[in-house]
Amino acid sequence: MADWQTERRARDERLAAGSKFAAGKMVAPSDTTALLEALIRPGDRLCLEGDNQKQADFLAACLAKADPKVLHDLHVVQSGIVLPEHIDLFEKGIAKKLDFSYSGPQSHAVPRVLKSGKVELGAIHTYIELFARYFVDLTPHVALTVARSADRAGNLYMGPNTEDSPAVIEATAFKGGVVVAQVNEVEDKLPRVDVPGDRVDFVVVAPKPFYVEPLFTRDPASITEIQILAGMMAIKGIYAEYGIKRLNHGIGFNTAAIELIIPTYAEKLGLKGKIATHWALNPHPTLIPAIESGWVKQIHSFGSEVGMDAYMRARSDIYFTGRDGSMGSSRTYCQLAGLYATDLFIGSTLQIDLNGNSSTVTADRITGFGGAPNMGSDAHGRRHPSEPWLKAGREAVDGPSQLMRGRKLVVQLVETFSEKMAPVFVEKLDSIEFAETFKLDLAPVMIYGDDVTHIVSEEGIANLLLCRTAEEREQAIRGIAGFTEVGRRRDRKMVEKLRERKVIRRPEDLGINPLDAHRSMLAARSIEDLMHWSGNLYDPPNKFRNW
Amino acid sequence: MMETLKFSHTARRRLSGTKAQAIIGVVASGNLEVLLERVLPEAACEVEITTPLTGYGETWKAVVAEFVERSSPGGLRISINDGGARPDTVFLRLIQGSALMETE
Repeated sequence: MADWQTERRARDERLAAGSKFAAGKMVAPSDTTALLEALIRPGDRLCLEGDNQKQADFLAACLAKADPKVLHDLHVVQSGIVLPEHIDLFEKGIAKKLDFSYSGPQSHAVPRVLKSGKVELGAIHTYIELFARYFVDLTPHVALTVARSADRAGNLYMGPNTEDSPAVIEATAFKGGVVVAQVNEVEDKLPRVDVPGDRVDFVVVAPKPFYVEPLFTRDPASITEIQILAGMMAIKGIYAEYGIKRLNHGIGFNTAAIELIIPTYAEKLGLKGKIATHWALNPHPTLIPAIESGWVKQIHSFGSEVGMDAYMRARSDIYFTGRDGSMGSSRTYCQLAGLYATDLFIGSTLQIDLNGNSSTVTADRITGFGGAPNMGSDAHGRRHPSEPWLKAGREAVDGPSQLMRGRKLVVQLVETFSEKMAPVFVEKLDSIEFAETFKLDLAPVMIYGDDVTHIVSEEGIANLLLCRTAEEREQAIRGIAGFTEVGRRRDRKMVEKLRERKVIRRPEDLGINPLDAHRSMLAARSIEDLMHWSGNLYDPPNKFRNW
Repeated sequence: MMETLKFSHTARRRLSGTKAQAIIGVVASGNLEVLLERVLPEAACEVEITTPLTGYGETWKAVVAEFVERSSPGGLRISINDGGARPDTVFLRLIQGSALMETE
């Protein structure tokens, strides 16, 4: 007789082993390492929730204390390698294999452990790509999640930090896995239920509230006039030109500059209501002035941002909020929103080659992908038309086409030099050498050149949709590459021809006065200004309070 | 150690406007101060740079040449007090300076 219930029985055995350390679903912090050693089996696929924002930091610390003789060869399948403990798991031999998406703060440590041979790398994914694999061939045996509070039945309240959790927990709980949650407190009645208790097996009240990285906060005090100039070009040369209402911004000072000149520069251009109304965007504090001056209609977010809770609660017309009044985020849904329902992505990068391929990998640093490759790509499954999408599609072909498809605008916004005078425009991406060194089958590319429609630098805009040959494309990129080697090796005659065809547009071609590229153009010039704009509802984290 | 660099150019034409002098920017790390004076004959343009970073002569030469090409700042003597600014920042300041000299 075939046995079709092995998974269920294995789960029951795990739960029985774990129950020795629990009263009902509740586990004491001091028993947590023992609980994890009892639940998890060598070789298990494990998702230790850590994304680019919230962290199951207590569970991470408890797991890192496990005995490698008991727990070893785990296969870590999680979106973020962010905490030092995530690296410790590999250093100690508790974990062996890794499939992930993002490694921001550990971007130097990941290549180090790869080199040491302590990590067997599966692949670096985009967020929804990894989530998709949770439902196909990387289903976790155990998920360690994190919530603001739980009740005794294991129902979880996550508030604005829902993020990856529903996807992780559903994949695990419905395929014979075990779910453990770290919470800040236990409540008799939760403000709202984000995860039903029957998907959660054990709950630990952590000694300290879980850590959240304020990843999307940019201090306006650090925004430069170069960034303001490029931002003015993006607004006038792209947002206004295509009528971009639905959009996503990446992280960084370049896009923060755009957010802060919407109420000033875009106002002067008379663009209110015509651009930047509907957003797939984390709760960027730098968007507060645009919201307060009535530009923004609605925002859906991947995750939360430290200090924005009260502001979002008070602006429920703008943000997605639950019955309890607090914001609700979802990495999965917001990634889908950005992929299928926005007409423009704009973000920065560290290197761009002559074909427009971009990468954030440098010789000693791998940050992973996160969500940018999905935001920054043309969704070939999209079927609904919109004006910007159709216009971009028309520019990409010559003459009428009966079966034309639209194009999402994918814009790279860069300064020609990044920190320490490192040129952003390069002949060859470092990522190619990186792939050779680490024997990767695929060189990591953040956004492929054939998805990029525009590159904006302080020197100008290159419209790659209008390029008809590889040579035109190369010269369009060289023509805005400023004083980098790549820029100085341009064919000046060809660049001038491309300017005549509006493939390249300089600030003067767009009628931008260089004297407007001034910090007085920023609607807020400090974190304190952002607080004032918010009516003191924005409560910035301490590291940004410098007054 | 400060390095001093001097470049002389002949611009296509005299810069429009009548303003005698303008100053833009600040001397700060990663920034620069630019003094522009309308004291030279018609198409002549001289640029003198004082910079704390040595060995970037070729880059300065390229930045100044590009500026002269695009703005045609005939008649200007330009003095740059550099605080280690990137070439893109230098170029923006020069363009801003000439725009300021054209503003009445």
